[in-house]
Amino acid sequence: MTEITLDVNGKTATLDLPDNTLLIHALRDHLRLTGAHMGCDTSQCGACTVHVDGEAVKSCAMLAVQADGCSVTTIEGLAKDGEPLHPMQQAFHDNHGLQCGFCTPGMVLAGIDIARRFGKLDPATVRDQLEGNLCRCTGYQNIVASIIEGASKMEGQS
Amino acid sequence: MNIAATGVKFGQSVKRQEDGRFLRGKGKYVDDMILPGQLYAAFVRSPMAHARITGLDLDGPAGMPGVRRILTGQELVDAGLPALPCGWAITSRDGEPMKVGVRNALAVDRVRYVGEPIALVVAETQAQARDAAEAVMVDYEDLPASVDVLDATADSATLIHDEIAGNCAFDWELGDEAAADVAFADAAHRIALTLRNNRLVPNAIEPRAINAQWDAGSEELTVYMTHQNPIGMRMFYAAAFGLASEHKLRMVSPDVGGGFGSKAHNYPEEVAVTFASKLVEGPVKWTADRSEAFLTDAHGRDHLTDVELALDSEGRFLGLRADTQANVGAYLSSSGSLVPTYMYATMLSGQYAIPAIHARVRAIYSNTCPVDAYRGAGRPEASYVIERIVDVAARELGIDPAEIRRRNFIREFPYQTPVVYEYDSGDYEKTLDAALELADYPGFAARKAESEARGKLRGIGVAAYVEACGIGPSGKLAKLGGGAGMWESAEVRVHPVGTVEVLTGAHSHGQGHATTFAQVVSDRFGVPMENISVIQGDTARIQAGTGTYGSRASVGMSATLRACNQIIEKGKKIATHLMEVDYDAVEFDDGIFSSKDSNVTIAFAEMAFAAHAASGFPTDEIEPGLVATSFFDPPEFTYPAGVYVCEVEIDPDTGTVEVASFCAADDFGNVANPMIVEGQVHGGVTQGIGQALWENALYDPDTGQLMSASFMDYGMPRAGGVPDYQLVFSGTPSPSNPLGMKGCGEAGAIGSPPAIINAVCNALGVRHVDMPATPEKIWRLCQQKEAN
Ligand code: FES
Ligand code: FES
Repeated sequence: MTEITLDVNGKTATLDLPDNTLLIHALRDHLRLTGAHMGCDTSQCGACTVHVDGEAVKSCAMLAVQADGCSVTTIEGLAKDGEPLHPMQQAFHDNHGLQCGFCTPGMVLAGIDIARRFGKLDPATVRDQLEGNLCRCTGYQNIVASIIEGASKMEGQS
Repeated sequence: MNIAATGVKFGQSVKRQEDGRFLRGKGKYVDDMILPGQLYAAFVRSPMAHARITGLDLDGPAGMPGVRRILTGQELVDAGLPALPCGWAITSRDGEPMKVGVRNALAVDRVRYVGEPIALVVAETQAQARDAAEAVMVDYEDLPASVDVLDATADSATLIHDEIAGNCAFDWELGDEAAADVAFADAAHRIALTLRNNRLVPNAIEPRAINAQWDAGSEELTVYMTHQNPIGMRMFYAAAFGLASEHKLRMVSPDVGGGFGSKAHNYPEEVAVTFASKLVEGPVKWTADRSEAFLTDAHGRDHLTDVELALDSEGRFLGLRADTQANVGAYLSSSGSLVPTYMYATMLSGQYAIPAIHARVRAIYSNTCPVDAYRGAGRPEASYVIERIVDVAARELGIDPAEIRRRNFIREFPYQTPVVYEYDSGDYEKTLDAALELADYPGFAARKAESEARGKLRGIGVAAYVEACGIGPSGKLAKLGGGAGMWESAEVRVHPVGTVEVLTGAHSHGQGHATTFAQVVSDRFGVPMENISVIQGDTARIQAGTGTYGSRASVGMSATLRACNQIIEKGKKIATHLMEVDYDAVEFDDGIFSSKDSNVTIAFAEMAFAAHAASGFPTDEIEPGLVATSFFDPPEFTYPAGVYVCEVEIDPDTGTVEVASFCAADDFGNVANPMIVEGQVHGGVTQGIGQALWENALYDPDTGQLMSASFMDYGMPRAGGVPDYQLVFSGTPSPSNPLGMKGCGEAGAIGSPPAIINAVCNALGVRHVDMPATPEKIWRLCQQKEAN
């Protein structure tokens, strides 16, 4: 067991966990933040994507202890309850970028990361950068449109 | 004072009502739930494709930390738990009923596919359950395995179920063999082709999950399960397995992360977990990991077909013969007998007037995961057969592929095919023209030349599909072997303040019912969307329903409309008293009851209040309240149809196929919400492109191991592999339901595989390429071409 301290969505969390606990399980089972989903066991689907110190990370491919001292943002941390959606979330809503919603938290967080890294986006860049995120429902077209629109709205905000 | 109606219309691209919780990470999927006293299950699974179990050592694992219970197949049999049923009775050509291999929830003395569950461990943590499951020692006596229909039907093949000769579940036929033979005898041209429809893994991104809780005091069983049809499952768990009485069994399918058919079946794991939950103190949860999903979620397709088309000298179709061997896997899954028969052979007429059709289907057991409905379920297999043979015929007769289709289209509706179905409506020429225009068909030669200048091979492919959705009526299906009613129910409850709840037995797992069902209500009542909630997936709230699969939302939406109409009729009756006018003089429009004979108008919300206040009308004549229920049993199937035109560009040096463009013209009848329907087509087409180019559930022929059993090995479509699609809807309303809808959920996956393969063959100038058209396969063909 190891005690770790993280900043999760702006709140400090101290957890005492078995050393082999993955970050996804620390978030889902211990902190009960179930927005990050587990869609595979080979780090391929991206449904578990969160931000660690501002960068997109597959939380199934990181031990919780590796995140000790880090700042973690999950999908729940993008917009507080009752407050307006983050521009990327809003863009997914406006462009019908989700169907079953299971891949969605990972897609939104990956989208924000892509927007931060590239600024203004074109479809080819987004499609290329989504290599690590699988969606079985949407055929990606509306996800790509959502991320492009979300990125331009984020630019306008900063 | 009248409140202005602010309803939305059916047919409008309304943004989805359900998005907020998913976007905020507040969706509620089964695995998100941890109940007080939660226990966890893990399975011991067969690593062998075919073997006898000669020993099972549970002593060590039973004493491991946290282990509460280990359950074996023998215990389940001894406890009287019945085998899993196959829901559709098929009769062979010789009159024999189909032969069903016994499938127990946990294997007893023999395993027949890799991943088959043998024992179940319940422990206090998931890690403890998995550790103990791994420690269970099983002794096997290896048996030869067959993974392909040709191996399984060879004389030397080992029987997979000792009592089932030739590994053949049934040898069934449809159509008129003699008439087809005559057509072929008279034909000017006969075109033959052998093709394989590759086996697929559904891969909803949310894996299967269950959490089952038994309350020994009240004798109530609550099961949370990722499923497309929780109400149907309640009936199965009660009536078929006796796990609890139906009135004491609550089945809940909360948010479900995609289904595509794979979550519509009855699975052994879920039955075993539910059984186990009654033996331990505490709820038992199991969530499949992706490897388990690959090995055990019912696979799709896997047909080997010989098809022949007879044509006259003008290129008109005279007859079609198809001989299909369907690999059903180790056991017949829930709809494992239905999919390759009535969901497949009935569609072999395609969009064409073909006077004589005969189909033979043999269902073959193999040492593979059972096969069942997967997006399209039989219809993609039929569409692939017919659209490939028509394309080969066009090529060999020197007729343009669009022209040969046009020449043979059905033009009058209703149209009775020689294979059961009576198509309700359509305008096939119109959808063809729409697709050709969208794709700039005449401009292809210039685009091909441009590709060639860059050293690339370009091809164009056309495919015209038709399918059958919203299946019913129940009576007709029963005659074909069906066992369950195929209606859908809706209960519409209007609250005193005019807000509305719709309780539906349909289940949305991505399809957007919270929006489209609410649109029906909003349009009819003039109530704003935010005042309507659509409730699904919990038998504690909804008592009757058949779930969502087979693109059947039109059935549930029609039930909803009919319940709304009953509410309006009742409102009109109440209005006769409030307005003091005759019933026939009351009108309801845009949310307002009015009459030419009165100055009084009553808004919908005012009527809701009046119905509950119950003071303005005689309650011995009209009961108070404003609630209505409807069960809609469709009078016929609906028949969505469309034409897909795609272009591919092949790099001869690498063999990669790029989908350069994809245009779809679909006739879905009336469309509830074009934005949502487009999304359905995007997803379906992407799965179809996946099937055509990358996806393949590949079993090793010697060991029976699934070689493509992870996202690293299985070719899932990714964002970079598919283009933006261009879509157009050209609707002819269906007469089979009051909304004129046809269904859109599966079309994309049905029409796209032949469009892609037709384009690939066109680019390469070859007669046929089996799916998936992987770079290796294409590169070899390019090399051969160069060598010649
Ligand atoms: S669960 Fe992390 S990538 Fe699939
Ligand atoms: S919306 Fe269902 S997996 Fe992406």
